[in-house]
Amino acid sequence: MKEQWNRLLQKDGAKTVLASLVSILIGLGVGSVVVLLVGLGNPATLGASGAWEGIRLIFGGLFSTGRSAAGQLTWGFNPASIGNMLFRATPLILTGLSVSVAFKTGLFNIGAPGQYLMGTAATLVIALSIPAGSLPKLVIWLLAFLGGMLAGALWGCIPGLVKAFLNINEVLACIMTNWIAANLVTWLFDGSSFCNTVENTKTGYIYKTAYGKVMADGGWTYADGAGVQTAKLGLDKLFPGSQVNGGILIAILLAAGVYVLMTKTTLGYELKACGSNRHAARYAGINDKRNIVLSMAIAGSLSGAAASLYYLAGNTEFFWSTYQSLPAAGFNGIPVALLAANNPIGVIFTGCFMSMLNIIGLQMTNLTAYNEFITDVIISVIVYLSAFSLLIKLWLGGRKKHAEQPQPAQAGPAAQSGGPAAQTLDAASADAAPAPPADAAAAPKGGEDA
Amino acid sequence: MTFLIQQTLIFAVPLMIVALAGVFAERSGIINLALEGIMIFGAFVGVYFIRTVQQSGGFMAAKEANNWLALQGFMLLAMLVAAVLGAVFSLLLSFASVNLKADQTIGGTALNLMAPALVLFLVRILANQNTLQMAEGDAASWFMLRKTTFGLARNAEVGFLFDTFLNRVYLATYICLLLFVVLSVLLYKTRFGLRLRACGENPQAADSLGINVYKMRYAGTTISGALAGMGGFVYALTTANCTANGDVAGYGFLALAVMIFGNWKPLNIAGAAVLFGLCKCIAAAYSSIDINGDGVFMLAELGISAHLYRMLPYIITLLVLAFTSKKSRAPKAEGIPYDKGSR
Repeated sequence: MKEQWNRLLQKDGAKTVLASLVSILIGLGVGSVVVLLVGLGNPATLGASGAWEGIRLIFGGLFSTGRSAAGQLTWGFNPASIGNMLFRATPLILTGLSVSVAFKTGLFNIGAPGQYLMGTAATLVIALSIPAGSLPKLVIWLLAFLGGMLAGALWGCIPGLVKAFLNINEVLACIMTNWIAANLVTWLFDGSSFCNTVENTKTGYIYKTAYGKVMADGGWTYADGAGVQTAKLGLDKLFPGSQVNGGILIAILLAAGVYVLMTKTTLGYELKACGSNRHAARYAGINDKRNIVLSMAIAGSLSGAAASLYYLAGNTEFFWSTYQSLPAAGFNGIPVALLAANNPIGVIFTGCFMSMLNIIGLQMTNLTAYNEFITDVIISVIVYLSAFSLLIKLWLGGRKKHAEQPQPAQAGPAAQSGGPAAQTLDAASADAAPAPPADAAAAPKGGEDA
Repeated sequence: MTFLIQQTLIFAVPLMIVALAGVFAERSGIINLALEGIMIFGAFVGVYFIRTVQQSGGFMAAKEANNWLALQGFMLLAMLVAAVLGAVFSLLLSFASVNLKADQTIGGTALNLMAPALVLFLVRILANQNTLQMAEGDAASWFMLRKTTFGLARNAEVGFLFDTFLNRVYLATYICLLLFVVLSVLLYKTRFGLRLRACGENPQAADSLGINVYKMRYAGTTISGALAGMGGFVYALTTANCTANGDVAGYGFLALAVMIFGNWKPLNIAGAAVLFGLCKCIAAAYSSIDINGDGVFMLAELGISAHLYRMLPYIITLLVLAFTSKKSRAPKAEGIPYDKGSR
């Protein structure tokens, strides 16, 4: 039994999962420490008991059912929370896929927020400008969805093009296109007929897609219920009281599609080859420039799809004056992808985890004097840890190495598959252990001097 | 014209100093993508410091007596606190990228996510809203230099130069300009600067000559963090009326663009920052800019949308990068963790 367990731990995938779990635990731990410190620092409003409630919510907020009459936190199965978690996971899974596809090609797609905004704009414009009844609702829905994907893909192409042909750092190009998109979308909607004027409490919002364009009194207006929204597919019966709809299934299908694309097709192989070594890939006859643009286009289309599915739900509204802020759903794709180690199937689970943190944040705001931003702190700690997840992985595997000497035959492929990883290990252990490895590390340096 | 110059300076100076922060990190070999996050953190720390001292009653007497020396000293103290804590915050980045050899881009992104989250979490608990303000008064009434500050009458006739550069301005702007010059000299004319730059170009060679690459990279990132933290507070003081809300409107990223635009050289960066500051200033106030003082608001009459002006800095950055990317010369070893064993 123990041997089986050890063999499982030897596998790279298992180590990755374990490293992610460790990151999550440390992230939640840091969040708890912050909650504790703030609670003890504010004895009047929070105190130790408030901090204890906060910590319990951080770990189990998904199963919180509010407070009892006596003021105690109550726990149990909460279908609304779980349904909302699935609903909020939909865009996160897709932006996570977007970031992970780009990562596999060696690109850091920090442009997901901009692509998400362009997808939002295209989806809303298409869904709200086709008159209700002129086309079947399903066709309008499909057009809006595909339009959002296309807009995201085109916007993603820009950093890809300048990276491939002008060698501009894609991180910077992505950041610039993000802010251009934010201004462009605000400009597009500023004063347009898509702004909600029916409900006068909703200034600054675009109509929900549940509103359809209808002719009334010789002019176009919008009527509630005439528009399109994603089918619920019975999920609302499963999780009553939540916003969940069929979008989550589409997201899972797309994740499976990306998995097949990246692991089973020639295109996926070429993309990954470019990511591993652009020059070697070109030498092998792969068109590296085309693949960089293509990878960013695929990434962009996934971010666009995230926005489409979120806003086509029919019960979500878009605040159009967005030129000073970028959507968090775009940025949160980065932790989703990192935590899943860029595995498309893993992204489904980490996307759900991130949206669970989101729900926990809401519970914190509703039930305690804390607020939802603590979950962003947790997320950022997890991202910070994933920057050196390799080290955590090595640490997890490293304890075993001392126990039993690895067979040279086993060590061979491992060293090959993770070239830079092996280097990092050597350097790390050289720093940690002063005796023989330090001499070994010093030797090549001496050679350089000579 | 006076208005245009003053506003441009207000927008350009934080950009300039934060871009220099980027230079210090990148010249030592560390990509500091966290400038935005450190700015946000610095802005919060500075504002919180001012608020706390105000609440404890410090400097109230100075304010009542209009003792501007004490008030300006108070502001300098806040700048110093923001710089120190910005440097401490940046240690997270240096630790990850120097000691743990982590991916610097992801580490920087983590700090960019962490700063607004932490700041908003604390601000909400401290102030019960999403913006932290001064406890009393506003930035202008406490810290702005005026004619009366120099003992002149409110309606005294002063020359163009005095009116532009000494009336209704913040001392922080000039402190930043001074620091910019001093630190540029430090980077180019001292032994320390030469060593720092060597670590960003060829750390192996630097190490072989007895320079401690790890220490130099720590130094570069720490100076970077201090400058970015201070720049964040100066931004909050001069453009956001001394408030902190977990946002500096993408200034940190814009500073990165300024740095690349300026080709990692201080003089070019100063020019680029002024250009960007001008764009920002036009976007913020194009309808009330009267360039030659004849009462015609030319930019407003052109009828170009404010959205276009707001977009302009970002579009210019992309275009400039597109045209100069062949000539641009980043420090050779930036972004590569230094590994003593590798060749």
